Amino acid sequence: MELQVNGKKYTVDAYSGESLLSVLRDRLDLTGSKYGCGEGACGACTVLINGAAVRSCILPATSAVGRQVTTIEGLAKDGSLHAVQKAFLKVDVFQCAYCAPGMILSAVSLLEKNPNPSRQEITEAMQGNICRCGTYPRILKAIQEAANV
Amino acid sequence: MSGKENNDLIAPEQYELKEPPIYQFNMNRRRFFHVMGAGVAVAFTTYKSVAGVLTDDAKTPEDQVAAWIHVGENGKVTVYTGKVEVGQNIRTSLAQVVAEELRVPMKNIEMVMGDTDVTPYDRGTFGSRSTPFMGPQLRKAAATAREVLLEMAAKEWKAERGDLLIADGEVSSKKTKQKINIGQLTRGKEILRGVDDNAPVTPPAKWKVAGTSVPKVNGESFVTGAHKYVSDMKLPGMLYGKVLRAPSYGAALASVDVSGAKSIKDIVVVHDGNFVGVAAPDALTATHALAEIRAEWTPSPQPGRGEIFAHLKKTAETNARDTDSSGDVDSAFAKADIRIDQTFYIDYIAHTPLEPRAGVAEWKDGRLTVWTGTQRPFGVQEELQEAFNIPKDNIRVIMPDTGSGYGGKHTGEAGIEAARLAKAANKPVKVVWTREEEFTWAYFRPGGVIDVKAGSDKNGVVTSWEFHNYNSGGSGIETPYEVANKKIQFHPSDSPLRQGSYRGLAATANTFARESIMNDLALELKMDPLAFRLRNLKDERMINVLKAAAEKFGWSQAGPREGHGAGIACGTEKGGYVATCAEIAIDRPNEGIRVLRAVTAFECGAIINPAHLQNQIDGAVIMGLGGALFEWIDFKDGKILNPFLSRYRVPRFSDVPALETVMLNRPDIPSAGAGETPIFGIAPAIRNAIVNATGKKLYTLPLVPNGLKV
Repeated sequence: MELQVNGKKYTVDAYSGESLLSVLRDRLDLTGSKYGCGEGACGACTVLINGAAVRSCILPATSAVGRQVTTIEGLAKDGSLHAVQKAFLKVDVFQCAYCAPGMILSAVSLLEKNPNPSRQEITEAMQGNICRCGTYPRILKAIQEAANV
Repeated sequence: MSGKENNDLIAPEQYELKEPPIYQFNMNRRRFFHVMGAGVAVAFTTYKSVAGVLTDDAKTPEDQVAAWIHVGENGKVTVYTGKVEVGQNIRTSLAQVVAEELRVPMKNIEMVMGDTDVTPYDRGTFGSRSTPFMGPQLRKAAATAREVLLEMAAKEWKAERGDLLIADGEVSSKKTKQKINIGQLTRGKEILRGVDDNAPVTPPAKWKVAGTSVPKVNGESFVTGAHKYVSDMKLPGMLYGKVLRAPSYGAALASVDVSGAKSIKDIVVVHDGNFVGVAAPDALTATHALAEIRAEWTPSPQPGRGEIFAHLKKTAETNARDTDSSGDVDSAFAKADIRIDQTFYIDYIAHTPLEPRAGVAEWKDGRLTVWTGTQRPFGVQEELQEAFNIPKDNIRVIMPDTGSGYGGKHTGEAGIEAARLAKAANKPVKVVWTREEEFTWAYFRPGGVIDVKAGSDKNGVVTSWEFHNYNSGGSGIETPYEVANKKIQFHPSDSPLRQGSYRGLAATANTFARESIMNDLALELKMDPLAFRLRNLKDERMINVLKAAAEKFGWSQAGPREGHGAGIACGTEKGGYVATCAEIAIDRPNEGIRVLRAVTAFECGAIINPAHLQNQIDGAVIMGLGGALFEWIDFKDGKILNPFLSRYRVPRFSDVPALETVMLNRPDIPSAGAGETPIFGIAPAIRNAIVNATGKKLYTLPLVPNGLKV
């Protein structure tokens, strides 16, 4: 199959039903998207498909064919970090940071649709992303920061 | 640190630790400079006597170097420590300490951490020990290096030491205005010194780098996905491994037929004793191959969650560990005006690090290298030595910054499994556990039963305190309150589930039981729970955090409000003091509990990085919310019944209350660790708030896994 990831075209020989996460990580070496649960319950594997946040661990890679996949590796443009990445750095959000790529992409997707989300809207949009270190207050702050840029 | 202090501190981590080797021969002087290049190095060891003899003198034993700071010819400072980074941000805070004393910019410091070949032996990153013990050692080592550099410049310029300054990585002369980069000073030299205990360290009041909110080192590599966790690694020719698991705890492998897996192309199958595993060119093929293995298992009876508390009490060791006893509790309890006799039940919970266990192993030229996310790389090296019966010198364990641990990654399972498969495959192998494996085959925070009998006189003075903890652990079991008659005991039991350390250890359970009883005694006495606590406390640091939390929370102004409740709790462990106030609301329709607000006051001596301390406190409180409200492991017949994130609830965005923190800075008190202690105030604070709102007294952790039936 052919996939468009971060603006690049890849021809991939994958198993039938193989998840997009597995293809990204093991076949394309794009390991920024993380495995956390394998059932779409933790958000660590979040990528953007045509700008919308999806859980790549439960999405068959074939369903991404003909659509634009963006992973954390493709978020910075021309060597400049995305506003959300910058905000996360500025707020110094993370502890272990394993959830970071998924958190950032979920936040990017939210801000695309809703450039000025309320606290409640952020909470709802980010509910599917787990941070076990409990940095939620800082993530919230970073998203608000990015929204104000 | 004396041996006794050290043992006292690690004693609560009772389940897994081994003694360190007495001597540490893993590096000699020649190899030392071979690894690091020429320059100035300052070494310290955990054994002061060794540090004392470690000088540049060729007559001294040269193979006892154990830990060091190196100033290279390029002016870069490299710090080698066996500590590891699992999200507590010590890569940042320890570098701050060195930057401060050595007067170099943060960007010139590289921390080499948790690599058994190039860092000194370290028994592990746990127990909130990095900051209080590694921190001061590094501080002294850096101060020693600074003084050595100043001496060298004085010699080179034939100047007076007192006329020289060191700042921003340069030594300069006040008189001649000469300047030299510290790297240039060390050029062509190999100078090795032991720590000079008399090297002056900077008092906290004068800190410029330490004590400030330096952002996470390498932060950009995390927000771009560039950082390689072990689960992200790929070596040339690497295979992906999968391991056959028993269907239940205690099940023995009766027979196994691996022919189905063997018939698949490019599959390596290993059956060695009770280990059965496969390795394949990709993870899915490995999973498919594993499914082709036919195994028969003989189960053994296992207590389920329904019988667990009776089981833990029944199997308790007859020799209790007496932590703290004085006076005569029996007669004091009999004479008390107010008496409470109560049992608490603590469920097993899972650490659930977002990155499950992962290991990559490679055998090359008779040497084994294992990359794995562990809090104890040297412990894993010993595990590998035992498993493969090869000398430790031939085993290297490397720990890249890892997707969290919380006390749950003291062991090296995935690395050992990868090593076994890699040995058979003669290629590197990666093993990444699934979430289900992590939930089932890692280890848990112990469950337990706690019996408390407490008595007070009618003036609100606690007169008797009897406290028995079965299985969950002895950490935080002492009472900080002044009580004349007390008997406090920890009773180890036979746990059917694999159990081990967890952030804060048993201090969460013990503080929960104690602070619940203190609350209920106050209610019986019709006293304010804060005033009752203060009446029974003498420890000034505890009084300070209690007052600080109460003030910020507005405790004295918190009047009754329909459906709302306020609770307070406090505790101390590992040199840190915490007090938490919580406000909760009862959601009438579904009888759920909402935690609206939590105020935590925390004091751990001198603060090194305020922002990261705040992050640790918030993170601990949020993690603590899960264990307080809804996290619990369900099990039956040796099977975990909820080994998925869809069935094991952890705190999410919507669970986070408004968090407020008061950080009490005590520059006059040495810094203690902060990753653990703030976790244990929240559960009793919420519990006491529920009592305040509803009158309902709960005695379990979690409190309300299925909502509250008011």
